[in-house]
Amino acid sequence: MAEVHLRVNGTTRTIEIEPQVSLLDALRERLGMTGTKKGCDQGACGACTVLADGERICSCLALAVQYEGREITTIEGVDHPLQAAFTRHDGFQCGYCTPGQICSAIGMLAEHKAGTPSAVTEELNGGGAELTDDEIRERMSGNLCRCGAYNGIVDAVKEVAVR
Amino acid sequence: MRPFAYVSAPDVNTAVDAIAEHPRAKFLGGGTNLVDLMREDIERPDTVIDISRLPLTAIETLPDGGVRIGALVRNSHLAADPLIRSRYPVLAQSVLNGASGQLRNMATVGGNLLQRSRCPYFYDGAARCNKREPGAGCDAMEGFSRSAAVLGTSGSCIAAHPSDMCVALAALDAVVETESVRGTRRLPFAELHQLPGDTPHIETQLADDELITAVELPALPLAAHSRYRKVRDRASYAFALVSVAAALDVRDDGTVADVRLALGGVGAKPWRAHAAEAVLRGAPASEESFRRAADAELAAGAVRAGGRTGQPGRSELQGRQGQQDGRGQQGQQGQQSRNEFKIELARRTIVATLRRLADDDGSTA
Repeated sequence: MAEVHLRVNGTTRTIEIEPQVSLLDALRERLGMTGTKKGCDQGACGACTVLADGERICSCLALAVQYEGREITTIEGVDHPLQAAFTRHDGFQCGYCTPGQICSAIGMLAEHKAGTPSAVTEELNGGGAELTDDEIRERMSGNLCRCGAYNGIVDAVKEVAVR
Repeated sequence: MRPFAYVSAPDVNTAVDAIAEHPRAKFLGGGTNLVDLMREDIERPDTVIDISRLPLTAIETLPDGGVRIGALVRNSHLAADPLIRSRYPVLAQSVLNGASGQLRNMATVGGNLLQRSRCPYFYDGAARCNKREPGAGCDAMEGFSRSAAVLGTSGSCIAAHPSDMCVALAALDAVVETESVRGTRRLPFAELHQLPGDTPHIETQLADDELITAVELPALPLAAHSRYRKVRDRASYAFALVSVAAALDVRDDGTVADVRLALGGVGAKPWRAHAAEAVLRGAPASEESFRRAADAELAAGAVRAGGRTGQPGRSELQGRQGQQDGRGQQGQQGQQSRNEFKIELARRTIVATLRRLADDDGSTA
């Protein structure tokens, strides 16, 4: 057991955990923050996406001890125009993937704003590709939606991106 | 997941000392591969040495014009780096074509070099796998080989190397730097990974206690004109069926001055296409030359065909006969689950990638 100090949504939380506990399990089962979802538990679905120092990560493949001192943001700490946009555009059906989709989209928009290219960006050395549907789909490909609400998700992300 | 002792290393010396003391320890970088394999009970370290806070996160130019990339640089930062994007676009593209945005934010350059197989039989504890359990046998041989390699395989293992980034590094003649209690070592990227042979569980030339500290790229003006092309079963976030990393320099007279070519998805290790390069140097930069080069590289390709004998072409025959007598579906299923399509797919992807580079060259000349 180790004492770990996690910074979650601006608050420091101290927990006693074994080193094999993932950040996802620490959030859900030790801190009672169940907004972050467990899907595949192997980094393939993106349901567990949270932000670490503003960058999106899969919390299922992160050991909690490794993220001591990092600023973790979960859906419980998010207040972003994307949330209303997902509702407006039917960017979900069952809603299970939605916390991960929202956290991922926040991280993705920051990456795009910083000029980061994607696999479908033709001009690597340009200032930053326009966020077309293809760009959004590529950049959001780490988040699966079993209900298939992808069209609504793309529309919601695009609406917020062009603001 | 099995319990383990956790050590966080603040500096390189602490990390290499710790692994020297704990022979069954593993270094933990971004965790995108190791944590998954530990949860699957495939990796079973008794100690995990967390190296994610080591100060090896710089990307810097070298006096000779090359670039040094710290082993803890995360994949997303590598792909976003202006120096990499302008001087080695093939490397930025290869990274952007791998995994997802989330995983690229976690995964490190050093970890990417050491990522393990994605062969479904390696992951399936109920299947036989010589890589997971030496001497057990290989269920991929007569099974679902769609993802398997066709070059550099052995009678023990046909797994393809999964990395995209490593394909670009193979093309770029990178050098890998390591540290251990015995000192610093530099080895050419081509010598890092080894072919499966009779020991597919041994994947690299590194000793168990060696820590990758950096990857260096040589000054290579040709690399400014390079591309990475990946073909996979879905548009994004899937491992390569075939990928091609290429850099091409065409002279004013239309002949190839120099070329770098490497393949992913088809090799038991990141596959530098030396035979193809030899055909191309000095040859006209034409579709015909590109095809000859691809054929030269792929001539040694060994496929798992649809029939149980593994003879190329037999599945096609079975498929046609099957359609006539109402058993066609079985024949087609065989073709899709086996890897024999990879030779032709690799040929076409090589030609298309080189043609694109040659066309771009013509338009800017």
